[in-house]
Amino acid sequence: MKKTTSDLGMNRTGIATSPVDSADIIQAAQKRQPSHLGDDSLILKVRQQYAVESDGIGSVPPPTSLKGSNSKPTVFIDKLGERAAFERSGVRLYQGALAKFEVLGSWEGGPTREGLTRILNDELSHFGLVSEVLTKLGADPTAMTPCADVAAVTSMGLPAVVSDPRMNLRDTLHALLVAELTDNAGWEMLIELSRGLGHDTLAERFQLALDAEAEHLTLVRNWLSAGVTLEARATPVPRAEAGPGLTPTV
Amino acid sequence: MALDIFKEKGVPLDRQVFTWKDLVRRPYSKLDDDAFTRVCVIYMNGIMADALRTKHAIARMNRDLREPLALVRRVEQHEQTLINWLNPPDQTPLETTLGFEQVAIEVTASVALREPDPYLAQTYRFGLLEDFDHLYRYGALYDRLEGKDPNSITQSYTDILAGRPTSVEHRNPLDDLRRPYDKRTAVPLTKLHAMSITAAENQTHDYYMTVGPFFSDPVARQLYAEIASIEEQHTSMYESLLDPDETVLEKLVMHECMQVYNFYSCLAYEKNPRIKEIWQRFTDYELGQLHHMIQLFQQVEGRDAAEILPKTLPDPIGFKEHREFVRKTLNQEEDLASNGPDYVRMADLPRDHRSFVYRDQLNSDGSPSETVAAGYQWTPGTELAARAQRMGSVLEGKKVH
Ligand SMILES: [Fe+2]
Ligand SMILES: [Fe+2]
Ligand SMILES: [Fe+2]
Ligand SMILES: [Fe+2]
Ligand SMILES: [Fe+2]
Repeated sequence: MKKTTSDLGMNRTGIATSPVDSADIIQAAQKRQPSHLGDDSLILKVRQQYAVESDGIGSVPPPTSLKGSNSKPTVFIDKLGERAAFERSGVRLYQGALAKFEVLGSWEGGPTREGLTRILNDELSHFGLVSEVLTKLGADPTAMTPCADVAAVTSMGLPAVVSDPRMNLRDTLHALLVAELTDNAGWEMLIELSRGLGHDTLAERFQLALDAEAEHLTLVRNWLSAGVTLEARATPVPRAEAGPGLTPTV
Repeated sequence: MALDIFKEKGVPLDRQVFTWKDLVRRPYSKLDDDAFTRVCVIYMNGIMADALRTKHAIARMNRDLREPLALVRRVEQHEQTLINWLNPPDQTPLETTLGFEQVAIEVTASVALREPDPYLAQTYRFGLLEDFDHLYRYGALYDRLEGKDPNSITQSYTDILAGRPTSVEHRNPLDDLRRPYDKRTAVPLTKLHAMSITAAENQTHDYYMTVGPFFSDPVARQLYAEIASIEEQHTSMYESLLDPDETVLEKLVMHECMQVYNFYSCLAYEKNPRIKEIWQRFTDYELGQLHHMIQLFQQVEGRDAAEILPKTLPDPIGFKEHREFVRKTLNQEEDLASNGPDYVRMADLPRDHRSFVYRDQLNSDGSPSETVAAGYQWTPGTELAARAQRMGSVLEGKKVH
């Protein structure tokens, strides 16, 4: 088990690992001409061509009822679907973080069990809130909407970091930071959208969620920053010896 | 030092057991382990995939062998799992792909250098120059799609240069077939080589076919489609080197011997003790499987396996860089083509040759391998490092803007 992230070691990914070989392959690369002319923009041209031909990734399922709206109602449903999915996945991220906390312990100024659990519960309740709103709007909260899919593809690496046992609690906080940054912006935009569509009551409920998200971001950022600073000062991070039944430093 | 495969009986088949925890171990480190540790893992996964593939094909066509094949095959599936699961999860499919091409270059180079049959050696050099180009194309993709340096995977062992351009590697299927070795006159090393490279190339094809659709960029999807097609050609080419007149049991015995040889080669190379221990264990397992197969061979065919097997194993595969050899080959044989089983200079083929017709058709809507690497020259730290340097330091940048 390894609790630190930035230890000195035998990293071999840079050219300085083997200067003689590196000088040799650099020289060879300079001597041999590319087989075809052009530059990195050709890839983008093909991408543009395919984009023009594309039909997108899919659609929003039709709601059973849509009350009092003369705008394009599927946009709101799509964004709500995104929020619900992201909050739901967020719960899994914090479960993973807590599991690492239990085995690795924390550090001075680092995450606490209470703090992680609180955020986990917030994410769960946000998921519940948005699902409820979707149902009330006559939409299916179990559907994966296009925006939900885009958000999931965007954050594909988050569960990968959280569930990788080689990545410690501090590494995991980096993934949580990315999640919370997106989370905050996501709620902000959802509130703007709600107000614009005249859903003022909803907007007020969403504002409470955003207030909670703002706290998540501050907490996660500070935990992470404390961990990095401590390791940089060569203080072992964390101090606690790991093992079952470990009492973490809080 | 040489391994006497008749004396060494290895671990008996019924003692070759696993648990799920045993199968799913700590992977190697993408950052810290030597590139050849990754090369061995990718290569041996390919060898074991072929052990299964070969046995499945035979089981589909042979009633009597079904039971003995099933017994060995189950263990081999678990061996393959343990090996393949050594690839770390932070290594993306594209990074693993760079590893696959490094295998195809360095292992094939080692084989080409030692192959006693000149026609087979020529075939390995021919394929080598094509996989050499694949590394360059995928390297360009890695740099241009993700902004990362392919050399952080290949670790300055292997040149990242254009080889025989992938766009001209496409050939009519009949120009991929070669003349097989003769089982009566070929030395065991020739057979081991041909089986090994066939296995590696077949797995490379299967890997690209599996991961290609995971990419979102259309050029990446096209490039995987294009190079998978070449790996299918390579599989056809190398497998056509195998003598089709070998009996089924002869093939099975030689295949087990080939597995022993390759594990033993990895064992000779590996420095990471956690990985080395696995190569030792599977060398012993494969020796057990070899003797199991020898028994079957002797029972069924009434022949002595010593007629076909080497007395001791040949020198292990050289898991090391072969830049000088590859550069020399590139220099002398870049413009080779094949006309049926014969190698010719590309310029000597008539313009309407079936392979030109075939390749012009495939490339007529654009060439992914040309698009991806247009103007690409590998530079340490990516081509953006060179561009950033030309732009000047951040400090100067601020002054300018
Ligand atoms: Fe959230
Ligand atoms: Fe949050
Ligand atoms: Fe290749
Ligand atoms: Fe190949
Ligand atoms: Fe085997």
